Amino acid sequence: MGKKLTGGDIVCEALLNEGVDIVFGLPGGAILPLYGVLGRYPELRHVLVRHEQGAAHAADGYARASGKVGVAFATSGPGATNLITGLATAMMDSVPIVAITGQVGRAAIGTDAFQETDITGATLPVTKHNYLITRVEDIGPTIHEAFHIARTGRPGPVLIDIPKDVMQEEGSYDHERDRKIKLPGYRIPTTAPDYQIDAAVELINESERPVFLAGHGVIISRAFDELRELAEKAQIPVVTTLLGISGFPENHPLHVGFPGMHGEAYASLALDDSDLIIAAGSRFDDRIVGNVNEFATRSKKIHIDIDPAEIGKTVQVDASVVGNLKHVLGQIIPKVDRVSRPEWIRHVEQLKSDHPSLHIPETGNLSGQHVVRGLSNVTNGKAIICTGVGQHQMWAAQHYKFTEANTWLCSGGLGTMGYEVPSAIGAQLALPEALVWSICGDGGFQMTMMELATAVENRLPVKYAILNNNHLGMITQWQELFYMGDTQADAYTANPDFVKLAEAFGMKGMRVEEIDDVEDAIEEANAYPGPVIVDFVIEKVEHVYPMIPAGGSIKDLMEDTRV
Amino acid sequence: MTSQSKFEARTVTALVEDRPGVLARIAGLCRRRGLNIASLAVGHSEQPGLSRLTFVLEGPPGVVNHCAAQLERLVNVIEAKDITNKNHIWRELALVKVATSKETRVELLELSRVFRANVIDIGVDSMTFELTGGREKIDSLITLLSPFGIKEVMRTGRVAVLRSTLFEGEDDGEFQATRNWVNGLQHEYHFEPGVSGSV
Repeated sequence: MGKKLTGGDIVCEALLNEGVDIVFGLPGGAILPLYGVLGRYPELRHVLVRHEQGAAHAADGYARASGKVGVAFATSGPGATNLITGLATAMMDSVPIVAITGQVGRAAIGTDAFQETDITGATLPVTKHNYLITRVEDIGPTIHEAFHIARTGRPGPVLIDIPKDVMQEEGSYDHERDRKIKLPGYRIPTTAPDYQIDAAVELINESERPVFLAGHGVIISRAFDELRELAEKAQIPVVTTLLGISGFPENHPLHVGFPGMHGEAYASLALDDSDLIIAAGSRFDDRIVGNVNEFATRSKKIHIDIDPAEIGKTVQVDASVVGNLKHVLGQIIPKVDRVSRPEWIRHVEQLKSDHPSLHIPETGNLSGQHVVRGLSNVTNGKAIICTGVGQHQMWAAQHYKFTEANTWLCSGGLGTMGYEVPSAIGAQLALPEALVWSICGDGGFQMTMMELATAVENRLPVKYAILNNNHLGMITQWQELFYMGDTQADAYTANPDFVKLAEAFGMKGMRVEEIDDVEDAIEEANAYPGPVIVDFVIEKVEHVYPMIPAGGSIKDLMEDTRV
Repeated sequence: MTSQSKFEARTVTALVEDRPGVLARIAGLCRRRGLNIASLAVGHSEQPGLSRLTFVLEGPPGVVNHCAAQLERLVNVIEAKDITNKNHIWRELALVKVATSKETRVELLELSRVFRANVIDIGVDSMTFELTGGREKIDSLITLLSPFGIKEVMRTGRVAVLRSTLFEGEDDGEFQATRNWVNGLQHEYHFEPGVSGSV
């Protein structure tokens, strides 16, 4: 039998046994029994956030950057509901998080008690799994089970709701006993059956114009070396998805770009011109596919995914392989023919030169593209880049030349404005030595900027580059293109002075308005030992190109006519 | 919007953990994907702690065909199978309470004999039939009983099991074809050893 502990102690002991060193959270009434014992566990570093959404996003950034499970604490009711955006973000992008929420006492559950929310009910669709614990003896096993579920298979967020009185009650914890997991319905695909591998290999060997569509799975399964080896052996150009960026070095000759709505035109065209798409750890997202009936009609498709439910969900495929991408690519590599495809490679190169998607239209004014290009140059493509969603995200994805694995953290699936501020804090805590740049829009930044206090409090030298155009830029773009130019509620006419804001938070603040000053400012920010905001005042209205409208196809491709 | 008539019905069976909240997870998944649960039957399975569900789901073909794979993602679902195109047998049960009088009682008993329905309750002015069978059989009996005055109908959802294969090659061409099609959606894979037991 284990030692006698309170429920709160058991939570901490179990977290330590899961290798947790940092927890992001904000206390409240129902979770106080846990905070009450936290001081006994100095190995658990608690990072106090300013809003629970920040806790979830910071845990997410920590998880993506470190490959470990991120942990967030929140109290019942509003504390727990504030986590939801962060959980949904992690769910869409398959990021392992364990969120622990306080709940009102067992006797009060269901009575509309103060700060009561049915958070397990509310988070059902945005978690991989969740739990409401009702007995103190279940705390240990549930936490170990939750970590197992969060980190294995297709990772995702898991929420554990613990009533206040359960955390106060005495129980026992025994790691050896409580770590035994019994989950008959939970299976983790590893290698794939030979017949699936052989079918895929046959298609690859038969193909003349194959292309990889490499997704987040490459990063999650750390299949960087395998992807590179297979691409080189069979001479397969690599298109990455938005979340697959930094899964394949952008200075590699076989690297193409990212396709879809705002991807490089040549990446979309390479998919369209191919005779075989190998979707590796990607899910044929609608921002890539657009109109399903017109997507890459001349190509066969192989879908490799760890989640069997993704196969055939949107695009019908010719061969499917279910397994862990790292293992699967390892199974495929020895069986494919080593070939050269000079014509196909030349064709892809030709697409790149015919469609200069990364050319920056020069108006003389500073634009978001200049800032990202400057960042890429100064940091040599080696910084950790966090973004939210919108124009700043697309420019970052297009113009930053990622050369290091797993250095791109953005809210892809959910498209969460404000993800960029707290996720950078999580990433910096995971990688204290790394240079972390958060590229923000002025809209998203103001959704979560209270977390700057968290960065300052924890002495985290995160650099924030605000691409400030006083607009919800992507909204302006859509309204101009698809809503007859009727721009509504897209302009921020009273943005704060971000330099003074930085100073108010105790950070360094800088402002840049000229193209020529970009790189110097970035150098200066990099050299500063603490957190920095650089307010880049950019062109007010500028569209992101190329663009394929939602639900469209390659035929609807719009390129920048100024180029 | 897809019209109701374009909907396709699929029969799905699932083996699930018998604990609170599991049905809510399943129902939530169906709701999210716009699937209507046309019928549902749940009961204990042959394995302690596990329940077996049979449900008929209606929805747009591309979505409803995919639901078994989606259901298997749920941690509490041990397995889910779309058995629509597999060789299976299924039954429903109905309890029908119908108004009776001295004059109609004999005729009603005659009807129950033809339908092999059991009379499980007789009162002064009503009697209750228990009928098992396919949907058409139950619908027919209800139609025939209507003129007498139906007071209440209680129907279970469909319960289904796969048929045993009696003869080698009983899978005819049609079955083989559908099975290959279903295989395209339901995937085999290798598991991490020991994970479904303990780690």
